[in-house]
Amino acid sequence: MNLSAEDFQAISLTLQLASVTTVLLLLLATPVAWWLAHTQSAWRAPVASLVALPLVLPPTVLGFYLLLALGPNGPIGQFTQWAGWGTLAFSFWGLVLGSIVYSLPFAVQPLVNAFEAMGPRPMEVAATLRASKWDAFFTVAVPLAKPGFVMAAMLSFAHTVGEFGVVLMIGGNIPDKTRVVSTQIYGHVEAMEYSQAHGLAGVMLVFSFVVLLGLSWFNRRTTRHQKVGA
Amino acid sequence: MTLRLMLAFASTLFFAAAQAGEVTVAVAANFTAPMQKIAKAFEQDTGHKAQLAFGATGKFYAQIKNGAPFAVLLAADDETPARLEKEGLAIAGTRFTYATGRLALWSKQANVVDDKGEVLRSNSLNKLGIHKIAIADPKLAPYGIAAMEVIHKMGVQGSVIPKLVQGESIGQTYQFVSTENAQLGFVALSQISVDGRIPQGSAWVVPQHLHTPLKQDAVLLNAGKDNAAATALLKYLQGDTAKTIIKSYGYAL
Repeated sequence: MNLSAEDFQAISLTLQLASVTTVLLLLLATPVAWWLAHTQSAWRAPVASLVALPLVLPPTVLGFYLLLALGPNGPIGQFTQWAGWGTLAFSFWGLVLGSIVYSLPFAVQPLVNAFEAMGPRPMEVAATLRASKWDAFFTVAVPLAKPGFVMAAMLSFAHTVGEFGVVLMIGGNIPDKTRVVSTQIYGHVEAMEYSQAHGLAGVMLVFSFVVLLGLSWFNRRTTRHQKVGA
Repeated sequence: MTLRLMLAFASTLFFAAAQAGEVTVAVAANFTAPMQKIAKAFEQDTGHKAQLAFGATGKFYAQIKNGAPFAVLLAADDETPARLEKEGLAIAGTRFTYATGRLALWSKQANVVDDKGEVLRSNSLNKLGIHKIAIADPKLAPYGIAAMEVIHKMGVQGSVIPKLVQGESIGQTYQFVSTENAQLGFVALSQISVDGRIPQGSAWVVPQHLHTPLKQDAVLLNAGKDNAAATALLKYLQGDTAKTIIKSYGYAL
């Protein structure tokens, strides 16, 4: 395999992007998922649909609207300029923002499933033992929902690594700043540098397979545990 | 109308319909708007129908190599048609330049770009607070290569290159500038001109001697070898109707 220095730059940038995105996404997705799992509100369906939108929308649609929103006349662009950060397109944090939107359903859905599977009982029991809501959440809910967190983290990370359309639309393809693995592969293919494309594409293929294999093992182990526990 | 005249008229119609063919054309994305107009006129004038597919020339090349049923290619460069001909995928001797692209430095804001491109010098960039300049990826797009040539010829690499952002195609480059995520950018003149005018923002139409000509060549592909509509379309592209349309979109001939 013949990976160039630029290819390694793209790999390292992609891993940074996926790590930062995953951490921020878990922080954001947890309260959203908790609310979705417990609310009776009429807003549940619209919010759930909004969260699931990136699943069905083409990434070019997300990228296009992000480009408009991030620009100096868009709502996000006006906010970031007001905050003194300039505009976010073509920057690492712009990509982080795009990735959070793009991977949101992959973080929220496993968490909703985990919180729902828990049922109301554990929290009720904790409450009768006079645990505060926060205490019960961190000492009862989070450990019980651990498989959901692991699944959410792995899916968000892998999905962000594989992101293409959004970074193509708002990235600007700047080496070491916004050029990630998927856009680098795209560039190689378009420039007909097939052997270089093969190198990087092979890395992606192996990575994705290993993640899915890991998830599948993890799933079997936790379901077996739960059966044994039940 | 007498019966005889009506019969004659009907038979002409029938004859024309029998002759009318269809041609599938791969068209470089930057030529989308003029080609839609040309195809309509072509259909009216000859009765032949042109099915148009728009996209990146490099992608079309890969598709044609893998057996895509395009009869005609209108490329964004002159290298791809030549290469297809050399590889035996296009009919030798059918290549010609149907349009020459013009490059423009464009800003969505009025009074940013002057008519000599002096805005690219570092003191102007600083004064105007310009921190992003968009070009098409020079590795992938002829317009990107041309833009880099202009930057080098003007000797403004030092001030411009650190501010560059690259669109994957000239279409995306246009998007970066038109959403004002980049305050300036090198786009195709055809993207910003309407009836020979530039209605929005400020622009410098780059003189052609500052870069290699952006020749866009057409070629008849193997799949169009015995297709009368394909041959007719290539001829039509060199006629006056097509030429007028092409020029009105800011291409040179």
